Amino acid sequence: MSIETTAGAETPALRTFRAARRRRRRLPSVAVLLSIAYLACIVVAGVFGPLLVPHANVQSLTDSLQGMSSQHWLGTDDLGRDIFERVVLGARTALYGPLLIALGAFVIGCVLGLTAGYIGGIPGGIIMRWVDLMYALPGVLVAIVAIGVLGGGYWVAVAVIMILSAPYDTRLVRAVTIEQKGRPYVEAARTLGLSRSRVMFRHLLPNVLPLAVSQAFLSFAFALINLSALSFLGLGSTPGSPDWGTMLAESQASLLDNPLLAIGPALAIIFAAVSVNILGDYVFDRLSTKEGRND
Amino acid sequence: MTLRSTLRYVLGRLGGAAILLVVYSFGIYSLLALAPGDPVRLLLGNLPATPETMDAIRVRYNLDDPFFVQYWNWLTDALHLDLGQSVLTGQDVSSAILERAGVTVQLGLLTFLITMALGIPLGMVAGLRRGRFADRVVSQLAMFSVSAPSFAVGILLIIVFAGQLNWLPSIGAGEGGADRLRHLILPAVALSTATIALVVRYTRTAVIEVAGQDYIIAARARGVKPSRLLFNYVLRNSLVPVITAAGVVLSFVMVGAVVVEATFALPGLGSLLVSAVQQKDLPIVQGVTLVIAAAVFLINLVTDLAYLAVDPRIAVDGASR
Repeated sequence: MSIETTAGAETPALRTFRAARRRRRRLPSVAVLLSIAYLACIVVAGVFGPLLVPHANVQSLTDSLQGMSSQHWLGTDDLGRDIFERVVLGARTALYGPLLIALGAFVIGCVLGLTAGYIGGIPGGIIMRWVDLMYALPGVLVAIVAIGVLGGGYWVAVAVIMILSAPYDTRLVRAVTIEQKGRPYVEAARTLGLSRSRVMFRHLLPNVLPLAVSQAFLSFAFALINLSALSFLGLGSTPGSPDWGTMLAESQASLLDNPLLAIGPALAIIFAAVSVNILGDYVFDRLSTKEGRND
Repeated sequence: MTLRSTLRYVLGRLGGAAILLVVYSFGIYSLLALAPGDPVRLLLGNLPATPETMDAIRVRYNLDDPFFVQYWNWLTDALHLDLGQSVLTGQDVSSAILERAGVTVQLGLLTFLITMALGIPLGMVAGLRRGRFADRVVSQLAMFSVSAPSFAVGILLIIVFAGQLNWLPSIGAGEGGADRLRHLILPAVALSTATIALVVRYTRTAVIEVAGQDYIIAARARGVKPSRLLFNYVLRNSLVPVITAAGVVLSFVMVGAVVVEATFALPGLGSLLVSAVQQKDLPIVQGVTLVIAAAVFLINLVTDLAYLAVDPRIAVDGASR
């Protein structure tokens, strides 16, 4: 009897049971839900920040360096500004720059990766040598020096980090393209006499998208960390602006006397980076099992 | 494996590193031309901008030569360890680098030790207990720590361990052996949060891969002792990915040190670079960037060669690629 149930054909009941279990396993975990909630807060604060906390930049020297209270959740800074409200404002630079970087790297990566993977040849060779070179370079170092010497601030930093992240997308898209290239649907499209760009962008691209999207989450986390690191070094956002990295840098001088100045922005950065990675991991799992890659 | 394929592999890697260094150093030198403003004024620093001093700068840095000639002169000087002088202090760049390199190297080594000592055992536990409670805890922690930026973690460490608990000093590098070590503990921990997670992941994957191989099952069936099985069979064969991880960790540490040194006000290469960047002291920026990049390329090269010692089959695969 027991031999029959293990070795025998799948009964419909067993199949339903397995399907249900698979579905349950795909439900997001608590960590994923928390990440989504936190990131939703960042999006809301990033888009509507100045409306939510209209008085965040109002200085009031009589209220400087207060501790936690119901009025000032995280206390006030040396100019009497509410630290929690400034952290809320900081969501804007933490959202827009990384979003732009992830999108830009995604677009560059898709175009170059599809070209290198599908067309190959000399353009493909040039693209891949460029990718190899960028992989070998110490990216953060390049960013620090380029932005520091060329000058520029936040948006130049965004552009430099976008160029530094694009090779990762390119390599991934190329690998998936090469894997997909041999499949019947590509051959069918070619046989129909479709142009190369049409095959690339109408037929290959949709099949490359899932992995490219989960890579975009990684780019976002990478960009978030590096942009705030640059601001922390005084090379990104302008001094005095409500950016988490800048706020941390400005808290350094009196860190031991006023730890409250730093705790808010530090936790905001850490949770944001962790949330994006957890969500990216989840998206990758969902999208790649759909492709038939079970772990 | 033949001698020829080994030789081809080694030469290929050496050539690759050399090409990288040339391309990279060209980029570094171009900074001078790309930086906004007149290079002469940039190199003048605090000196008064009289026609005489400006001519002197032009002659000393060969600024009237064609760009490629300038680059060639700069590169050959750099290979003779002459990286020019700081614009602000007039100190030789190479001696400034030597002065600061000690702290960075010590920080790097301590971080590397902490990373390997914690990362490999944790990764092995996670791999051997795959899917169990221990694996889930370790993997979740790794996910958390790989994402946390080192400077934010560093600031929190200072607040907790230097401020609230008052166990360790918050900033500076300290004097003498034991004091230096005490000062480097927090920076090294901040720097290793990301790298430990990296090593855990590499080790876990490698152990899972190896533990499923037939020869492990065969050895277990023969009754090989569990401890021997672990160290001589599983760990030994997981070494290649772990060496990859070690190389990645070392080069990550060289670059990550820049931000962490700024966090903990350590007088190392990284803080030298950051202050030079802020003050537009180009010779220092070029020198430090070149040294850090050369170190990263060297680490990658040594990693590639270490594969060969652990797994000679790589030369054959690598050469045929």
